[in-house]
Order: sequence, then C-alpha cells, then structure tokens
Amino acid sequence: MLDNSLSYVTDDGRTIGGVVMEMKNITLRFGGVVAIQDISFDIREGEIRAIIGPNGAGKSSMLNVISGFYVPQEGEVLFHGKKRPPMRPYEVARQGIARTFQNIALFEGMSVLDNVMTGRLNYMKTGLFSQALWKGKAEAEETENREVVERIIDFLEIQHIRKTPVARLPYGLKKRVELARALAAEPKLLLLDEPMAGMNVEEKEDMSRFILDVNDEFGTTIALIEHDMGVVMDLSDRVVVMDYGKKIGDGTPDEVRNNQDVIDAYLGVSHD
Amino acid sequence: MAQMQTGAQGMQSLPALLQRNAAQFGNAPAYREKEFGIWQCWTWAETAKEIEALALGLINLGVKEGDFVAIIGRNRPYLYWSMVAAQAVGAVPVPLYQDAVAEEMAYVLGHCGARFVIVGDQEQADKVIEIQDQLHQFEHMIYLDPRGMRKYDHTQLHQFSHIQDQGRAAHDELIGELQSRQAKLDYDSTCVMLYTSGTTGKPKGVVLSNRNVIQSAKNSSEFDQLTQGENILSYLPMAWVGDFIFSIGQAYWCGFCVNCPESQDTMMTDLREIGPTYFFAPPRVFEGQLTNVMIRMEDAGALKRKMFHHFLAHAKKVGGDILDGRPVGLMDRLKYALGNVLVYGPLKDTLGYGRIRVGYTAGEAIGPEIFDFYRSLGINLKQLYGQTEATVFITVQPDGEVRADTVGVPAPEVEIKIDDSGEIHYRSPGTFVEYFNNPESTASTKDAEGWVATGDAGFFEEGSGHLRIIDRAKDVGKMADGSMFAPKYVENKLKFYPDILEAVLFGNGRDRCVAFINIDLTAVGNWAERNNIAYASYQELAGHPKVLETIRSHVTAVNKSVAEDPMLSGCQVHRFVVLHKELDADDGEMTRTRKVRRRIVEEKFDDIITALYDGSEKVSTVTEVTYEDGRKGSIKATLTIVDADVKPGAVHKVAAE
Repeated sequence: MLDNSLSYVTDDGRTIGGVVMEMKNITLRFGGVVAIQDISFDIREGEIRAIIGPNGAGKSSMLNVISGFYVPQEGEVLFHGKKRPPMRPYEVARQGIARTFQNIALFEGMSVLDNVMTGRLNYMKTGLFSQALWKGKAEAEETENREVVERIIDFLEIQHIRKTPVARLPYGLKKRVELARALAAEPKLLLLDEPMAGMNVEEKEDMSRFILDVNDEFGTTIALIEHDMGVVMDLSDRVVVMDYGKKIGDGTPDEVRNNQDVIDAYLGVSHD
Repeated sequence: MAQMQTGAQGMQSLPALLQRNAAQFGNAPAYREKEFGIWQCWTWAETAKEIEALALGLINLGVKEGDFVAIIGRNRPYLYWSMVAAQAVGAVPVPLYQDAVAEEMAYVLGHCGARFVIVGDQEQADKVIEIQDQLHQFEHMIYLDPRGMRKYDHTQLHQFSHIQDQGRAAHDELIGELQSRQAKLDYDSTCVMLYTSGTTGKPKGVVLSNRNVIQSAKNSSEFDQLTQGENILSYLPMAWVGDFIFSIGQAYWCGFCVNCPESQDTMMTDLREIGPTYFFAPPRVFEGQLTNVMIRMEDAGALKRKMFHHFLAHAKKVGGDILDGRPVGLMDRLKYALGNVLVYGPLKDTLGYGRIRVGYTAGEAIGPEIFDFYRSLGINLKQLYGQTEATVFITVQPDGEVRADTVGVPAPEVEIKIDDSGEIHYRSPGTFVEYFNNPESTASTKDAEGWVATGDAGFFEEGSGHLRIIDRAKDVGKMADGSMFAPKYVENKLKFYPDILEAVLFGNGRDRCVAFINIDLTAVGNWAERNNIAYASYQELAGHPKVLETIRSHVTAVNKSVAEDPMLSGCQVHRFVVLHKELDADDGEMTRTRKVRRRIVEEKFDDIITALYDGSEKVSTVTEVTYEDGRKGSIKATLTIVDADVKPGAVHKVAAE
C-alpha cells in the first residue's frame, strides 16, 4: 500500500503521491570497485525524480539497480512497500517499469512502428501459432495494440517516420523512438538514462516538453539521469546528486543548487 | 451537376451551400484527416451536424453577430468547420498564419478586435496567452488538442469538443436563434477577413463578401470543370486566400472532398496516399520534389538511371505537345506510351500526381525547366495570377494554352486594363469590399468604379493575348545611366538553379547591380556529400570556396542570358555574396508566404551592400536572428565577395564610370 501521508500538490497543479520505490542503504560492488556506496532515497508517485552527478559517479549503475538489472550486495529495494526479490527483466517489465538506454538500444533494421509495437509485448496474450496464422483473436489483439501505439506516435509527433527503418534516423529521433517504445508498455515508473545526451538545444527543448507531457498526461512517475544541469533543474521535482558512488545531496532543485558539496563536486575545489 | 440545378440564387452563403451539400451528397466524403495512422472521414451530412453543434456552442458561449473569431492552427477539418460555424452565427472568421510569432499575432488580433480565438494546440494557445494583456477585446479561447492544456486556468479557456457538447445540449433552445441568424446571411455579408502578409508595412485586413467568394469559386470551378468527385489535399496556410478558395469556396460550391495531412512533415506521404485530382502548390514544392527525384535517381542502378533519362528526354520532346493536343507522330506517341508504362506512370504515382486532372502553381514565377518537366510527364500543371484583394483570380491559363512565361488570359468575368505606367488594374466579382478600418488604403487601392491597382507591372503579349508580369511596379526602377532595373527578372533566372534558393538583386539608382544569394541546403548539401566536402553548418557550407565557384558559374550563365535582352542588359550581376543565413520570415526578411521584403533586407544588410560596391574582397558582419520560439541571438560571419563575369552590352557602361 502507498503511504499517502506525504502527498502534496505542486505549484503547477500536479499531485505527488506516496512513496512508490525506496532504496535503502544500497551498496553495489564490481569486484573491488565500489560503484554505489550506502545510498538511500525514495521515488514518489507522479514525480519527476532526477539523479545527477559527474562522469563515473554511479548514476547508470543506480538506474540499473532501480530497474532490477543489478542486484546490490547490500541494502534493499522496496517497491510499493514490499522488498523486491531478484527478478528477470521481463518480470520487471510486468511490474510496470520501462526504461530507455544511454546508448540507444533499438532494433535498427525494423521500422519505427515495429519497434514501438515491441513495447506492447506484455499485452499480447495469443500464442505463437495463432499469431503466425493471424486470424481471429490475434488479429483483434494486434489492432487493439496498434491503436495504443498510434496514440503514442501521435503524442510524440513521429508520424512522419512511422514506416522508416530506425537505422536511417538521426540520433535525436532515435531517442524519441526509444521513449515511444518505453511508453508503449504503459509503465507506471519510467526510467530514462540520459534522455538528452548528444542533443542540440532545440532537441533538448522538445524532449523536455515530451517528458513533462508524459508525466502530466499519463501521470507516469519518471526517474531520469541527466548530465545537463539546466535541463534537470527545470524538469524535476526532486534531485539526487551522486559523486564517486556516494550521495552528496538530495532535495528540490533549489536546495541542491545551493548545496556546497554539490557546488564543489561540479565546479571542483582547490586543494590548498 | 448540382450548381446547374440550383443556380446561384438562394446559395448566398457558406452555411446555405453546406445545407445543400448535406442534402444532395449526404453520404459523399466532405473531409478526411489522417490521424492515428488512419484516414478518418466525415460525410457532408456528418459535417453539417458537426458544424451545427459548434455554431450552437458558439452562440452558447456568447458569440454575437459581427464579432470577429480568429482561427489559428494547421489545416484540420475542425478549423475549417470553425470558419463556417463562425459565419453561420453571423460572426466573421479571421484565419491567422500559424507560424506567426506572438507580436505579429498581437497586431492582427488587436486590429480586428477579436473577442474569440480558436486555436489548434498548446503552442498556439501559449502565444495568445502571452499577448492577451494587450488585447482589450479578447474574451474566450477554444482549443482543439487538449494535450498539455489540462493545468491551464480554464475560466477563459474551452476545449473544442466541450463547446460542441454544450451546443448539442442546448440544441432545442438555441436552434431557432441559429436559424434566424443564418437566414440573414446574403451575398453582401462578410464571408471572411484575411490579412495580407504585405511586403511592406503592417498587414491589412481584406474583407471578402459572400459574393466575392462564391462567385469566384463558381467561375473558377466552371473554368476547370471541377466536379463533386474531386479530391484535394489542404496543406497550405489557412490564412492564405488561395487555401480559403480551394478548401472552402470551391469545395463547398462543388461539394468535393478536402483531405488534411497528418502533420506538416507527412505531407508528401499523405499526398501519395490521397492522390489528389486537383492540386495547388507554390513553385517551391514542385522544385523540391524535382530536386528529390533527381537526387534519388543518382542512387538508382545503372539500368534504371539510363531508362529514366532516356524516356525523360523523349517526354521533353513530345510530352508537352501530347498534353496540349498538338499533332505528334505515331512512333513518338507509341514511345511515349511505353515510357508512360515504364517511367512516367510510376514516377507520377510516387510523387502523388497519378490522378491529377488540374494542377496550379502561383505566388512566384516557376522555372521553365521545372514547369516543362511536370507537363512533359502528362501532369496538367498551369499558372494563374491573382491576389487576396481579387479573391485569388485575375488571370488563368486555359487548357492547351499553357506556357511558363505568361500567366494566362483574364479569368471569367474579370476585366483588366494596363495604365500608362504599365501597372495592371482589374475589376471583377471577386474585387474585395474594403480594407478593414483603413479607408485611406482602400481608397488608394480601389477607385470609385471598382478598379483595383495590383502594384504589378506587366503587359499583354501581342497575338496570344496572354498577360506577362514584369515585376512589382514599385520595385522596377532605373539604373544610374537610365536603363531599366527589374530585379525580379534576374532573381527568377537565378532561382531556377536548384542550388540557389533565394536571390536579391540591388542596383536601383546605381551604376551596376550586385546580388545576395541563399544556397539551397538540400541540393548543395547533397552535392557536398557526393564530393566528400565536409561541413558542420549552413554557414560553413555557404562559405565553401567550391560552392562559391559553382554559384559563380550560375551567375555568369544568368548574366549571359540577361545580356541578350536589350532592355535589361544593365541588370547583370557584377558582384555577389552567398549569405551566411537563410532569409527568414521570423526575422522579418520575408513575408509568411515567402516573398522577400526588399527594403528590410536592404537596411539590415547595409554593411554587406556597401562592401559589394566599394570593391572590398571580404566583409565581416553580425546579424541578429530570431529563433522559432521568439528568442533572439546573433551570428557572426566573414563573407567572401565574388566577382562575376559580365557580358558586353553592359560592360561599356561600367567603363564609362
């Protein structure tokens, strides 16, 4: 059950609910390397939660812990208040968690439409045989799922590349297609790994607007990693700051911006 | 045909035509729009219901007779319905250019005092909200796409479908009011008000009556034998008079189907899917498509490429004559028929022109090669000459009398005279009522007898009786030595090269001409790719020495052809620069219909013009640019000035200096 005692309404009228996911004293090691050291924070329903930090701070590892891809050596992950056992990726997806990747992971040879359709996999119930014959139930099911996918294509304004093979698309659009595929799973929690890396100013603006719209229209909880401080500060409700595997700040963008440790980590300090 | 049975009597407004269409072709498609990957369709009967619900909703919201209702957004059936619904309740629809920045909108909305605004989406809504404090009469805004709008304060804001729902709910109370308002509409009531983009000064609100619109639609439909079965693709700005006449005037008169693309970017795909029978496009669309075809053919296999060029050469020889019904030898006809199966047919299909009966291009001059290319394929592409004040039609080319260098004969019921200075004047049923709240401009444009000055200089060709346009009358000037300066003539010749997107010629009152040139990023970019020329930005490509060399060869070729004209040989380009940025409507350098604003360009790039005349080899400049969201920035550049070869006939004049 969600603890709704924490819920509040933001300045722009969105309702932030109770804690959906909680990280408790997470430590993650790769052999002798400590990627994440004793980190705790939570993600609340309906919020945009950012994880920032310099290169190698452990952000992507953190996201992989949230997504269940890495199992931490110490600490526990609570999902809807319950301790989450180690899971396979498809089990994570069934729980309503979807993600995008830092280095785009799409099926390059397939069209945008087919790529986004793969996001509906968990909603397809008919068996291999009836899908191959594509009769009756399988056909109806595809139509149903296609409708959902078309709404997402419309939402993300990628109609013009619907039938284009992904390999032919520029980087910024591939990122958008990846977001579309994640959305096709109708996730409750959406994880975005550097959604704006390598984009120009205009593409960043577009992507920011899409992220806000997704959060607003579908009420999706979003956890994202991002390098670009300006973007993060504008987008998110709360920010976790990491440096060398440790948490050095946590709070609203304003709080984080004025946190001395954060300033030091980003701007560097003189050691004299 | 329907119009024959009913005649113009009784059909004196758009709502009246709508009712006729709903009664006569109730089950025929009136609108299609591609949404969610599928063409959604509304029949005339359904359209009449939708528009009625909206009209009732507008009355319910408090729209009064004589109010102005502004409409801003991309081409969508709902927005076309809004225009008709606005008229049905006795209000005046005012479509605005959707890509206008907020300040431009503020002027127009303030000028007409719009109480109601109907917008397509959040982007447009934000612009209106940004300027609403300047708009004293503004009361309510209706939006179509609810995306991103949920958090907005809804005291003055309404969703389109809710307005329709309220209209349906209040049907019984308000239907009487709606019917009585509709009954009052006649030929003299205002049909629409369209703001001209204007190459100079502030936009002017052109008031068009039902007479203007319906008579023009009727005459032009009969001229081209348009029927109820036509299909058109509506993708040009709704604020432009051409779109109003094609997508509303002619569509309602004939009862044909208006198809709206899924988004701006899908226009080409949608065009192919619909395969319109009647099509309208400015020259740049045809140029763009031709460039694309040529680029893609370069990538095709050797056999296909050979076949393509072979049959295209044959089409060039006989295609135009076959289309015009002139005698062509049997062997040539057979070969053309074979070419049609192998090349022309598939090509037309790919372009979306497989079913075209009548196609028009207007707005700018079209390159003769481009024009002939499409005609040789058997596409009946024609030219017309018109303006907002004439409800489009002044001259049109009849079938079989089509040429690239004229704009045709006077349209039905249009009278034309050319005054002593060479300016074209016309009088027609389409002649506008007035400029809204601007009696001085009305008086200086339209005289007491209804003659309107076009501002264009031209002449009727001996023999054929076709009109030829020279240039904007006010742009035609004199060089220092007294010879004629007609910039458009030279600019058009330059623009006919695919590499050149835009050209601006200077030289009025000077001893020689110089020019600004914009490269076409698609064409030049492709060329660069083929020749392994790396570039990071438009600016870098535009300044590349090899690009400059190519452009120089084009300019030299144009000079050669200009020199052959004894009247205009003084207009040869002596020096030019390739500009570091594209001329853009957001920066005020062009109108929203992409016509160059000469004066503004001249003032803005004064430093470059000075350098062109004082003989310097390079010029450094800083230019302010406006981004799509209205923010400003600046770009710095050092431009190389290039000297072009000038042919004799003009050279001696320079030597005399």
